[in-house]
Amino acid sequence: MKQKKSILANETFQSIAASVLCIVIGMLIGYIVLLVINAKGANEAITTLIKNYFTFSSKKLILKNLGNTLIKTAPLIMCALSVQFCYKAGLFNIGAAGQYVVGAGASLYAALGWHMPWFVCVLFAMCAGGIYGAIVGFLKAFRNVNEVISGIMLNWIGLYLVNMLLSGVKETTSPYTLDLAKENTSALMPTLGMEKFFSNNTHVTIAIPLAVIIAIVIWVIQKKTVFGYELRATGINKQGARYAGMKENTNIILTLVIGGALAGTGAAFQFLTGYEQWTTTMSSVPAMGFNGIAATFLGGLHPVGTVFASYFIQHITSGGARLDKNIYPSQISDLISGIIIYLCGFVLFFKYAINLRLQARAEKELRLQRQREENASSADAKEEKGGDK
Amino acid sequence: MQDVYTIEMLNITKRFPGIVANDNITLRLKKGEIHALLGENGAGKSTLMSVLFGLYQAEEGIIKKDGKEVKITNPNIANDLGIGMVHQHFKLVQCFSVLDNIILGVETTKNGILQKAEARRKVMELSEKYGLKVDPDALVEDITVGMQQRTEILKMLYRDNDILIFDEPTAVLTPSEIDELMQIMKNLAKEGKSILFISHKLNEIMEVADRCSVLRRGKYIGTVDIKDTTKEELSRMMVGRDVQLVVSKGEAKPGETVLSVRDMSVASKLHHNNAVKNVSFDVRRGEIVCIAGIDGNGQTELVYGLSGLEPIVGGSINLCGKDISKASIRSRSTSGMSHIPEDRQKHGLILDYSLAYNLVLQRYFEPKFRNALGFLKEKEINAYANELIDQYDVRSGQGTATIVRSMSGGNQQKAIIAREMDKEHDLLIAVQPTRGLDVGAIEYIHRQLIAQRDAGKAILLVSLELEEVLSVSDRILVMYEGEIVGELDPAKTNREELGLYMSGARREAVKV
Repeated sequence: MKQKKSILANETFQSIAASVLCIVIGMLIGYIVLLVINAKGANEAITTLIKNYFTFSSKKLILKNLGNTLIKTAPLIMCALSVQFCYKAGLFNIGAAGQYVVGAGASLYAALGWHMPWFVCVLFAMCAGGIYGAIVGFLKAFRNVNEVISGIMLNWIGLYLVNMLLSGVKETTSPYTLDLAKENTSALMPTLGMEKFFSNNTHVTIAIPLAVIIAIVIWVIQKKTVFGYELRATGINKQGARYAGMKENTNIILTLVIGGALAGTGAAFQFLTGYEQWTTTMSSVPAMGFNGIAATFLGGLHPVGTVFASYFIQHITSGGARLDKNIYPSQISDLISGIIIYLCGFVLFFKYAINLRLQARAEKELRLQRQREENASSADAKEEKGGDK
Repeated sequence: MQDVYTIEMLNITKRFPGIVANDNITLRLKKGEIHALLGENGAGKSTLMSVLFGLYQAEEGIIKKDGKEVKITNPNIANDLGIGMVHQHFKLVQCFSVLDNIILGVETTKNGILQKAEARRKVMELSEKYGLKVDPDALVEDITVGMQQRTEILKMLYRDNDILIFDEPTAVLTPSEIDELMQIMKNLAKEGKSILFISHKLNEIMEVADRCSVLRRGKYIGTVDIKDTTKEELSRMMVGRDVQLVVSKGEAKPGETVLSVRDMSVASKLHHNNAVKNVSFDVRRGEIVCIAGIDGNGQTELVYGLSGLEPIVGGSINLCGKDISKASIRSRSTSGMSHIPEDRQKHGLILDYSLAYNLVLQRYFEPKFRNALGFLKEKEINAYANELIDQYDVRSGQGTATIVRSMSGGNQQKAIIAREMDKEHDLLIAVQPTRGLDVGAIEYIHRQLIAQRDAGKAILLVSLELEEVLSVSDRILVMYEGEIVGELDPAKTNREELGLYMSGARREAVKV
């Protein structure tokens, strides 16, 4: 029998289809919410949200704002990679948010307090995030503390430590940290001429291509190396990995160090562009790390998938900020991206549903085929009888 | 004389995508008989029973109860027709008492209040009548596996079922519990219950069943009267060819000592005492030493201690003259220890990895399979995997790329055996290597073990199956409550003597 494999059975296709389905359903629910709040403006609002920078008429403005969305995509990719990397090793790195925070603290203090050049600041962020991740790793490996619990607690500890630390380098009249462009231009990440394409948006830096490259590197590490082989084995079956002599504790710590370093670097990619300053009175952990969790799942738990998912989440978040604030409360964009993020949890469910359908269809086809065969054979039998006559 | 059939399954066909699990199968169950259903893993036994129990619907064929056609579309209907099933994995609520488990779902209530006294009386009556000893107030989590099974049987009887399906009921029992179960089944049949007994253990079928139907690869092979048949004939029907039931092997020629264990103790996870207490023994080249004993007497922990999965708390382990008492799992493995683990899915395999990746699980870090930069050499891994697949006849759907989870239990075990036997080693520890496998696969594994012995490897076999212990090993060490209580020569001992040691009734000092 010839086996025709449906495109639906392809794993990559399934992941993408499931993610797209999440997005569509999320948008629909978001639209309904908009309708309930104010039916008149809903159509316009949802198109604004989807169009984001395309709402501008001039090409110049479109490109500039595309740049802005990309700037915030880079750190999101890094946080998503942090979560993805740990997830593949069986660890849920909700502490990515805190690792991002200490990364921000370390890079900004190195830039503003010690006037270091940008690459040193990135290194500081990476190390700070890595060390912060290591704390979770050690607790998990040697004291069996659940990484979610210790991660969440460290998120808050990190936030207030960084607020304290950066109060030393903040503007005197505001809670914001000093402006990098005025204080230490060497700490700004280089643009390599990219700003010209984005209508002189000088915040577009090499952080963006770097994040994409790092995603690819992570993918290669996971798929092709001995280290990735061990990590994924540990993630799938910890007992089996132990039996095969893999160093479970070392791998747990190493995974969280790398995860932390990724999230920490993400913070450097955000704050060393000069696009945003740290608010030292912040009383909630920045959403970037948590959005990373969403991007990981929306991206089908694949490093390259997270790049696209991160862009999408940032796209609608930026788009949401453009809604008419007179009609809709400013939280509406958070709400819609929240709904989509919530639905991301269903990506796996959608995959399951697709497979279930495939199975049912295969069964039906098999039955039909048998029926056809039987019909054919009974027809043959009849013919034979006819021949006898 | 016209036979009275209580259940007739006529021309049952059930398909799953890609395979026909049951192909035109007919099974007739007489009233008051014990009818065995024999077949290898994957022969379609469980599917057929699931059709009878209403878990699956057959595409073709009919089911008759007492001569009348019935449609069983869900287990509740099966229950109403008096069909009950003891599943291989018990379906009991761990934190409920035995009595609560028995009445669960069919509680008698009065104004919404449970009437347990009535239920207790009925349960005790049934327990008395059929010799099913249970403590109705004990929590299920505290009782033995044997008592859990009796609880499951009582559950069926409490529901007035008179057609009882036993799905491989002896797989989890100790030898004495098996004997007890056989007696219970006979009592039940005497009282007019009809029993369907699913098994692939020929001895048990020969002992307890009246008739036996054999399935092979989804097809119905035939039904025979047990009194007119032999084990050999049954196994031929089941496997489709002649099978050597008795392992043939030459004289052992033990050489130098490979593994030397002295006063080893391993802590228990369950209680504060040590699970293994001051155990000493040697294993030499060219011999199969078997650790026999009833499950839970420290065998698992003994192997954990040897392999490094658990640290030892006292004593020493010496492998090929090297002290490995404190060595890591990896270094024990590279020093020449191969280990076929007790739980192949928990320890032995990464189920969601491909077959190729699983076959290099103990060797992926060798220069042969990785380059200096730490990248895996996929080509070499696949080539090596193909070699092993050919050599050990591991069957799978998509060759090296098959996800191991989708393979049958027998082939999963073959993959582990291929990996552990092909890896460089002096000592092979095999823990229940034939558990849950069918006759064909068991024969294969036994032959491999003996071939390893004859190739000069030292083999430590841990087994709960008396037949296996007696037929494969060259020396038997019996473990009881964490200690080695006897050393026996398989040629000079028998089931009964072994049973005395295993149950702790007899013990002697064992000198190393």
